[in-house]
Amino acid sequence: MKTKGFLLASALTMTMISTAPAMAARDYISIVGSSTVYPFATVVAEQFGKTSGFKTPKIESTGSGGGFKLFCGGVGVEYPDITNASRAIKSSEIEKCAANGVKDIVEVKIGYDGIVLGNSKAATPLKLTRKDIFLALAKDVPDPKNPGKLIPNPYKTWKEVNSELPDIKIEVLGPPPTSGTRDAFVELAMEGGAKKFDFIKAMKKADKKAYKKVCHTIREDGAYIEAGENDNLIVQKLQANPKAIGIFGYSFLDQNSDVIQGSYVESEAPTFENIAEGKYPVSRPLFFYVKKAHVDVIPGMKGYLAEFTAEKAWGEDGYLADKGMIPMPDAERKEYAANVKNLKTIGM
Amino acid sequence: MKRMQNTQQPANINLKFNEGLKRRYRAEKNFQRMGIGAIAIALTFLAFLFISIISKGYTAFQQTYIQIEVDFEPSYFTSENLSAADYPGLVKASLRKMFPEVKERREKRRLYGLVSNSAAFTLYDMVKENPNIIGTTRQVWVLADDDVDMMVKGHYDRSIPEADRRVKDNQLAWIDTLEQNNKLKKKFNTIFFSAGDSREPEQAGIWGAVRGSFYTLLLTLALSFPIGVAAAIYLEEFAPNNVWTDIIEININNLAAVPSIIFGLLGLAIFINFWGMPRSTPIVGGLVLTLMTLPTIIIAARASLKSVPPSIREAALGIGASKIQMVTHHVLPLALPGMLTGTIIGMAQALGETAPLLMIGMVAFIVDVPGSFTDPSTVLPVQIYLWADSPERAFTEKTSAAIMILLGFLVLMNGAAVYLRKKFEIKW
Repeated sequence: MKTKGFLLASALTMTMISTAPAMAARDYISIVGSSTVYPFATVVAEQFGKTSGFKTPKIESTGSGGGFKLFCGGVGVEYPDITNASRAIKSSEIEKCAANGVKDIVEVKIGYDGIVLGNSKAATPLKLTRKDIFLALAKDVPDPKNPGKLIPNPYKTWKEVNSELPDIKIEVLGPPPTSGTRDAFVELAMEGGAKKFDFIKAMKKADKKAYKKVCHTIREDGAYIEAGENDNLIVQKLQANPKAIGIFGYSFLDQNSDVIQGSYVESEAPTFENIAEGKYPVSRPLFFYVKKAHVDVIPGMKGYLAEFTAEKAWGEDGYLADKGMIPMPDAERKEYAANVKNLKTIGM
Repeated sequence: MKRMQNTQQPANINLKFNEGLKRRYRAEKNFQRMGIGAIAIALTFLAFLFISIISKGYTAFQQTYIQIEVDFEPSYFTSENLSAADYPGLVKASLRKMFPEVKERREKRRLYGLVSNSAAFTLYDMVKENPNIIGTTRQVWVLADDDVDMMVKGHYDRSIPEADRRVKDNQLAWIDTLEQNNKLKKKFNTIFFSAGDSREPEQAGIWGAVRGSFYTLLLTLALSFPIGVAAAIYLEEFAPNNVWTDIIEININNLAAVPSIIFGLLGLAIFINFWGMPRSTPIVGGLVLTLMTLPTIIIAARASLKSVPPSIREAALGIGASKIQMVTHHVLPLALPGMLTGTIIGMAQALGETAPLLMIGMVAFIVDVPGSFTDPSTVLPVQIYLWADSPERAFTEKTSAAIMILLGFLVLMNGAAVYLRKKFEIKW
């Protein structure tokens, strides 16, 4: 008993002593945030770690919302320095940050990511419009017999939605509600399609909440299957079931182009060029946000920011483009590079 | 007459009894068959698991290397600082020398894409170790790019049209030429066992995760074994038989069934937010896993203490030992083998945990191999989870190989527990 008590006491004191200096000085950059930006931020972090003398930044994939929660916790070494996001910061999040002392936030847009509706190469590629996507996936759709009224979605096959589409059952594998990809998909594809109905468009001014509910709610009767956040799993399921469609990011299409193909949306194929030129409509910008207060305290932050905003990283021939990120046009890249150099904060 | 009656009656009883006997034997045989069938089904599923993982993962133990002839021209090394030289340029120059017919820009990019971007760092390490090689020409084996590796291992189909392939026709021609000239070989993948995580599959390894697991489990063992055994001894030998002891027992039994992610939330709230410990470190991971393993160890330790017969205790007290002497000198050594097996099983459980570590930040991309308890690190099951989510095709085989290693460790630990239990078991 004596030896056990001694061992226990020494173990606890050891842990206490060794954590104290670690808390005082963190010598690596701590990054949290979106799982969509994660594959790109990790490449930059690894490059930065290898070429500079600093430690490789630690990057967690918590989701955009979770990242902002941690980021807005406060200023200090125990809070993250940078958060990645697949959407812009909301004003409620800016207020929460300010309330906890995080006042100077630098916003950096890094590029674009396309959302692809893919299916197996064994099937014919679909030519969809955003209106078709809305009619196929929304919970309540306009009644074809009674325009102006909404009914629960009656469509069971793609042919019922649009007579030019093949006569196969509507079966779509997509991200769950916790995913930023889902938020972006409902905003870009479904809302874009819903707006084509005038009475729904009119709702936007009349009752914004109802408008959002109509546009963003996805059907729950089994045609839309939540396939989890693992896009690799969606790709495997599509290979096994050629009649299903999957929703995932462009980088997965790029890496698996030998087994899956993307559907045309508004007659535009989901290729690198079409997304970069803005022709393919379902693409969203990617950001990261930096706490200005941490920039001179944590070693290496300026170097990491410089690495991310260098042409060899986010440029048209850069290594992030090789990984499937769509780069911004030249003018935007120059603008954000200057913002980062001067540490221009939001609201300035 | 009487005799005939006597012989008839036993014959009747025998017939009925024999019929029943046949039915009995049949029922027993069916029951045995069902038991064997159940085991066969379980083993079939186990075989599915092993076959699917091993078939996907065994190729990861070899990695493709390309031999390039590098001319360490002094013109590249103009400044004093060796790290500032254009090593990617050196690699590109040697590739151009090997295939001088490649002129057009796009074709050149495809040529440079044959080798991994770690080739530049291989050259830098060579120069750093021996600056005298500047001015000489050397043959260097460098890592091939992960797409080349997948093609060589047969994971990419050569016959599909070029537009859908990641390895284009001209790259295929170059790969074939290199193979014919013995400049492209598959070697044993030491990088998998010695490198930390990476975004490039050919450079990714499990060493960082293995060391993180090691530190975390070491701390878990150091804390949970003494505390668990002490708690079990107190509850079994010294605790009075009242309502407080009952409450403690009920709580410990419940904690053994609590979902493990709850301990992660507890760790986040108390260890990180309240005590201010650093996120993503083996210290916090070890403490969280200690909380998770304690109930298991306490229950196993109590069971083994109970199994020591009371005659031992009474005999010790009878010859004049005090209560503490009786427990520590007589009961504890006899109960230790059972406690040991319970601890090993608890550690094997802790090795495979991911959910509680998610909340304390150990699910993160960490490249540097951890060197101490306070370096940020990740554990092996988390590494598997992160790789399974990556888009690059080459990560599929790495994930399966890492799963094979984790399963190997778990089988080893559980096997050791069974062996030790059999060896040290004392049948009273």
